[in-house]
Amino acid sequence: MAFNFTAFTYIVALIGDAFLIFFAIFHVIAFDELKTDYKNPIDQCNSLNPLVLPEYLLHIFLNLLFLFCGEWFSLCINIPLIAYHIWRYKNRPVMSGPGLYDPTTVLKTDTLYRNMREGWIKLAVYLISFFYYIYGMVYSLIST
Amino acid sequence: MSTYNPNFVPPAHAPMPLNGNNFVNGVQGSVQQQPGPPPGQQYIPQKQPQQFQQPPPAAAFPGAGAPGNVPPPQQFNSGITNQFLPPTSGAATPLQQLPPSTLPPHLRPPAANGPPLTNGSNGASSANSSRTASPRPVGAAPQYAQGPIAAALNNPPLASGLRPSPQPTHQSLANLTSNLENLNLNTTRANGGTSILPQPQTQQQYAPTVTQKDGRGVASAQTGPPQFNDANSLLAASGVAAALVPNAMATPFSGQKPPNLAPNPAKMFGSASMAGRPTPAGQRIPYGVPPPTNPEQQSQQNNNLQNAPPPPRVGAVWPPSLPNVAAPGAQPMMPPAQQTPQTYPYSQVYQPGPQQQPPPPQSAVQPPPPGMFGTQPTGAPLQYQAQAPPQAYGQHPQQAPQTAPGGPYGTTAPLNVAQQGFSRLWGQDTIDLMQNRHILTPATLPPPKVVLHNQFHESINCSPSIMRCTLTKIPESNSLLQKSRLPLGIVIHPFRDVNSLPVIQCINIVRCRLCRTYINPFVYFVDSKMWKCNLCYRVNELPDDFQFDPATKTYGDVTRRPEVRSSTIEFIAPSEYMLRPPQPAMYLFLFDVSIIAQQSGYLEAACAVLNRHLDEMPGDARTQVGFICFDSFVHFYSMAEGLNQPHEMTLLDIEDPFLPRPDSLLVNLKECKELVRDLLKQLPKRFAHTHDPGSALGAALQVAFKLMQASGGRITVFQSCLPNKGPGALEPREDPNNRSAKDVAHLNPATDFYKRFALECSGYQIACDLFLMNQQYSDMATISGISKHSGGCVHHFPLYQKTKPHMVESFRSCFKRYLTRKIGFEAVMRIRCTRGLQVHTFHGNFFVRSTDLLSLPNVNPDAGYGMQISYEESLTDAKTICFQAALLYTNSEGERRIRVHTVCLPVTASLPEVMHSADTEAIIGLLSKMAVDRSVASNLSDARDAFINATIDVYNAFKIAQNLPSGQSGQLIAPRSLALLPLYILALLKHPAFRVGTSTRLDDRVYAMDCMKTLPLDQLMKYVYPELYKIDALIYHARNSNISSNQDDDEDEDEPLPELPRLQLSAEHLDSRSIFLMDCGTLIMIYVGLNVPPDVLEAVLGISSTAELGDYVYGLPNVVSNENDVLKRFILRLNYDKPYSALVQIIRDTSTAKGQFTERLTDDRSESSLSYYEFLQHIRAQVK
Repeated sequence: MAFNFTAFTYIVALIGDAFLIFFAIFHVIAFDELKTDYKNPIDQCNSLNPLVLPEYLLHIFLNLLFLFCGEWFSLCINIPLIAYHIWRYKNRPVMSGPGLYDPTTVLKTDTLYRNMREGWIKLAVYLISFFYYIYGMVYSLIST
Repeated sequence: MSTYNPNFVPPAHAPMPLNGNNFVNGVQGSVQQQPGPPPGQQYIPQKQPQQFQQPPPAAAFPGAGAPGNVPPPQQFNSGITNQFLPPTSGAATPLQQLPPSTLPPHLRPPAANGPPLTNGSNGASSANSSRTASPRPVGAAPQYAQGPIAAALNNPPLASGLRPSPQPTHQSLANLTSNLENLNLNTTRANGGTSILPQPQTQQQYAPTVTQKDGRGVASAQTGPPQFNDANSLLAASGVAAALVPNAMATPFSGQKPPNLAPNPAKMFGSASMAGRPTPAGQRIPYGVPPPTNPEQQSQQNNNLQNAPPPPRVGAVWPPSLPNVAAPGAQPMMPPAQQTPQTYPYSQVYQPGPQQQPPPPQSAVQPPPPGMFGTQPTGAPLQYQAQAPPQAYGQHPQQAPQTAPGGPYGTTAPLNVAQQGFSRLWGQDTIDLMQNRHILTPATLPPPKVVLHNQFHESINCSPSIMRCTLTKIPESNSLLQKSRLPLGIVIHPFRDVNSLPVIQCINIVRCRLCRTYINPFVYFVDSKMWKCNLCYRVNELPDDFQFDPATKTYGDVTRRPEVRSSTIEFIAPSEYMLRPPQPAMYLFLFDVSIIAQQSGYLEAACAVLNRHLDEMPGDARTQVGFICFDSFVHFYSMAEGLNQPHEMTLLDIEDPFLPRPDSLLVNLKECKELVRDLLKQLPKRFAHTHDPGSALGAALQVAFKLMQASGGRITVFQSCLPNKGPGALEPREDPNNRSAKDVAHLNPATDFYKRFALECSGYQIACDLFLMNQQYSDMATISGISKHSGGCVHHFPLYQKTKPHMVESFRSCFKRYLTRKIGFEAVMRIRCTRGLQVHTFHGNFFVRSTDLLSLPNVNPDAGYGMQISYEESLTDAKTICFQAALLYTNSEGERRIRVHTVCLPVTASLPEVMHSADTEAIIGLLSKMAVDRSVASNLSDARDAFINATIDVYNAFKIAQNLPSGQSGQLIAPRSLALLPLYILALLKHPAFRVGTSTRLDDRVYAMDCMKTLPLDQLMKYVYPELYKIDALIYHARNSNISSNQDDDEDEDEPLPELPRLQLSAEHLDSRSIFLMDCGTLIMIYVGLNVPPDVLEAVLGISSTAELGDYVYGLPNVVSNENDVLKRFILRLNYDKPYSALVQIIRDTSTAKGQFTERLTDDRSESSLSYYEFLQHIRAQVK
């Protein structure tokens, strides 16, 4: 039983992951609002776009911690998502500000459904990894 | 068949006032004078006369100007609660076509399946009231049976085949003679049908190998007596056993009805007609069969037959359109051809069985003699039938029909003749594209008709020129749609100028409470107080005042309301449809005055046009205008009261632009007209000597936005170079050496500055229109963002120079139209679909504000939109589906209005029906829009591949749908409805928007793509596949009428022009002794062959030899001659439904401008692209 760097990493990851879950929930709600006409796409994109980069950076930061403490498995399960985030941001529409969502295309049914699906999948990933981080934290605390 | 006199109507209908008009329109006067047929033949089914009451849609008569064409405008008198205004007329374009849907409701005929004769005079009401009854099961309406049974029982046996045709035209008479002659080629007619009649729906295309020639045999047979027998033997053959058919064949037609036929035909055809089989326009209806189509359709057919080239019969011996389309030389022979058979009593004409064909008058049947210039007239319908094997390139089409009657597949003919004929009857015939290179015929050209189930038979659908669906029958599920591989979507032209539009002002507009659908002709009235929404199926209450019929001022019949009678209607919206008081018309003009702009000299022309048409700009007394010029700085013009000339202010700080003064920049046009005119006169001179290379477009836009923010309106931007100063400055991106490269880069905007600007504008109801008159690369892809997302429009005049008079002319007419056309402000358009469908993607210039709502800060009459439709759930329970487009806008008089278009389409579960009901033009319209998206999102080669794959997939799907043997067969079987697909796809692949290998400037390409997205379908088709005509027949016509005009001068002017056949865009149709005309939409090219006779040149162009023509000649010279006059009228007719008249360019055969002409001959191969036949071979090789 020892409080080492690994345990600290997992605790930070737990807190960070909770934020990521909130991001994902917000994302899903926002697109659902779009779909049901509650919000203007311009407003919605304006509220979503500033959150994209913080989410990505937070996720990358957690994985950097895993890298430093040698938690290879935790890192591995997150690498696909990091790769996806990088790919996604590289292929974003032409826009001057940060963000991913273009109000002129966000209401295309394809885009809308893709974004919705992305939100749900990310929510699931974050939730699963949340429980894994709990396990990892406990494991690192009890094993010495 | 056509010997039936159209005047020969039952007494109840005889006094119908419109009959006279229609006949004048449709049938020559001589026909009207014909005495009725002998009494023995007076068994016309009751529905027969009704089609004559239908005023033919004026579309076929664009230029004729016959007064009878236009139905009298609706005169709704103001009622107690409702005020009905007279129809608005598109004042800007008074010559606009009249879409069929604008028929005044009270003129609409009763249903084709409507009431019996005794009801005839008020058939409309009874037909309508039948709609309020509970829906009867499809296929069991007793009244359908009446006509056929009566005919079958009361008439001599032969009569069953003598049922009067639904198309009383004299052209078809002329055809008849040829058909009769042809009949002995086909001995397959039989009256041996003895089986139980299967449902026609089970009718499949059994024998794909049927040749066109065979199919024609039946088509011709249908004009003759043995009609029932044909159908019957077919049914027998297909339904029970093919073995019956030889038997049937052996039985010669003896003029006797098969004994089993009498009790049953009504059932058979009744159910068939209710099955709602497609019968595309121009499709011949067998004359023994009660018409399965609705009356509009038939009258449309009448119209087609009379005015447009008639339906081509596959394999017809000579152009069916002969009387009208007639090649030069044929004309004098026509009178005997039309009249001789008419004078025959029926018995004389028909009594001889098909085996004993009386030789028809030879003069009528002979192919037309050589054209006036010594060439054989080439008619498209003719070439369509060409059986010439593919290798017979260059063989004259005239010779084609003389190939073996059985065609290449003659062995299978006997069985297939009947089948082919029957499937033709349902519009389900197929064409082997490899065998029919000349595919562009009147049969393939008109949009397929929507045939609705009986319940809505009499409801007039939205005009195809306004709203068209890619499929006229909707597959019932997504999987069925996927099987057909066809795109589902609608193309819509919502703000089109229409001639007569019912306008209604009422306190409460009746809408569904659940989905907010406007009441429309396709709703279902549960009783007189309730209606059931046809989109969400909710039952709604009707307000009491809806019972009042304003036309007759009576209460009680809701079906007489204009909302229920017209599927295009305009409401004057009450105040709950306004978020703010309706805005005034606000126009702001932004002129680029940099040195490049000054060199091009556009400003002079623009100011001159503006000055001239200042008064004609739409708007009321509140109209405001403003002007801003920009180079490196932004120049404002204050026209405050008290100033005696405009006051210029220059803004130097373009990085942070602001308004120099709060008022007087936008001024009331009425009050300051003199100042405005003064300014417009001074502007060109004011900047004539600037040498400022900068263009601060971004800053100018920002101040313009600030200026317009308060009210909304229209910003018109003139740009002539790349914006290079201040916000939104751009870098040149195009590599001129890479213009013909395979992959085109930079189709995407370089920055989102302009897009964000447009979105901001859209929020404040400001639209930006762009006129790009660039000399060099100006990054259209980026700049056009201001229009794309704000509902504006883009016009492009590349390499504009004031020294090029044709460019100036073209710009002037375009800008004039732009200024004077109607405009709708602060508009939104919502597309509603029946439950189960949803709009997937929108195409056009607008901002999508929610899943079904488009925000259009401005809407103009020249903008078209497209929508892809996808399935949310299956439509198994629905018989019909509807799309409703509602456009809410403020007109220039500050009135809030709602224009509603509703289109209703039947649902089907059969894959072949889906394929046969496809609308190729709409598909092309939608595919091109999707391809533009694909090019921008992915790349151009992806889009090109997608075009080819789409074509291959469609034909693959059709092969599967028809159970054709897989594997290579040397054929490419296509449904008639999709026969033109490869032709148009190839034209698209060679279009500047999508071509590779040919040097195309990036701006031109981007503009072409923008056109693909925004042009309405009719203009898009001309843009993609220009219309080519050989105008020898016109000249001949002119000479003829010259002679006749000596006799009576009065009728000369109103004489309709002959219908010219459209030619495919291939050099094989060109010849050096003729003059050709190509209509590309905004440009009409007249190609003068090298050896045109001097007298023709003299008469048409006023020159004695082609050498007198320069390389670049624009405008048709004024020559006082009939020929010139007729050509002008023809061009006028072509220009009829265009936004502005096209520029005419005359191209001599040896001219350097010939490249412009040959470049558009898309059927021919070029260095980098395939010819049409090669393309077909490619497709065929890919179709498994």
